[in-house]
Amino acid sequence: MKISEIRHILNAVIISRDEDMDTDIMRAYCADLMSDVLAFSITNSLLITHLTNAQVIRTAEVADIKAIVFVESKRPDIETIAMADGKKIPLLVTGFSMFDTCGRLYEKGLRSQPDTDFFNE
Amino acid sequence: MNKSEEGVFFLTGKDFTNAGAASSNLKGILEKKGVQPSIIRRAAIAAFEAEMNVIIYAVAGMMNYYVTPEMIRVVIQDMGPGIENIELAMKEGYSTAPDYIREMGFGSGMGLPNIKKNTDKMTINSVVGEGTTLEFIININKTS
Repeated sequence: MKISEIRHILNAVIISRDEDMDTDIMRAYCADLMSDVLAFSITNSLLITHLTNAQVIRTAEVADIKAIVFVESKRPDIETIAMADGKKIPLLVTGFSMFDTCGRLYEKGLRSQPDTDFFNE
Repeated sequence: MNKSEEGVFFLTGKDFTNAGAASSNLKGILEKKGVQPSIIRRAAIAAFEAEMNVIIYAVAGMMNYYVTPEMIRVVIQDMGPGIENIELAMKEGYSTAPDYIREMGFGSGMGLPNIKKNTDKMTINSVVGEGTTLEFIININKTS
């Protein structure tokens, strides 16, 4: 699923400078505990979270996360956005709740693990 | 990749702005050396968890890394409160982190278990009131 598609599904705004909307994302993971992201997320996935501090960007970098969606219209500060720009990690902000964000993406075929369902996008 | 490389990063306690920078740099070094991505990810995750522990709990610390064609060895040494009960600290979910750390998404008691999970060897030496030394090794040639 392309980032442009994710943006459309979530009615999200892109707040980072990264304009590569064609990046293909195969998996998604949602958490507010960064250690869980480090322990359980899959490489090249999408991170969905409430947290907007700089550690989220670091965590994403370390765990090879491709893009981040902040739910409930939460926005990181300018320094954090700049850090994501430097690491080429696109940031999206959606007004949907965590539950609805995950539900919408799941409905369109995004999954957390390869074996949870057949990926048919 | 046939040359060994070593270096050190200095860590400052409570410096949350730069927290993770050392691990990020280490990741870059390993990428430049052409280490395979799955190994780099394990090393970066283990280093990041260890680095966050220093930032959260200690006054200061340093991260030494040694990369050879066979393995990655990282030693994180801090001047901190030390760990009273290492066995307990190794348990998933056990944490002594204050609330403001948890609000940042850390301190959920997964740090040390995560380091152990991502490394081939991990040792901790700690003296209460003095500090903690954590060392881990990740084999490069072994398939993970």
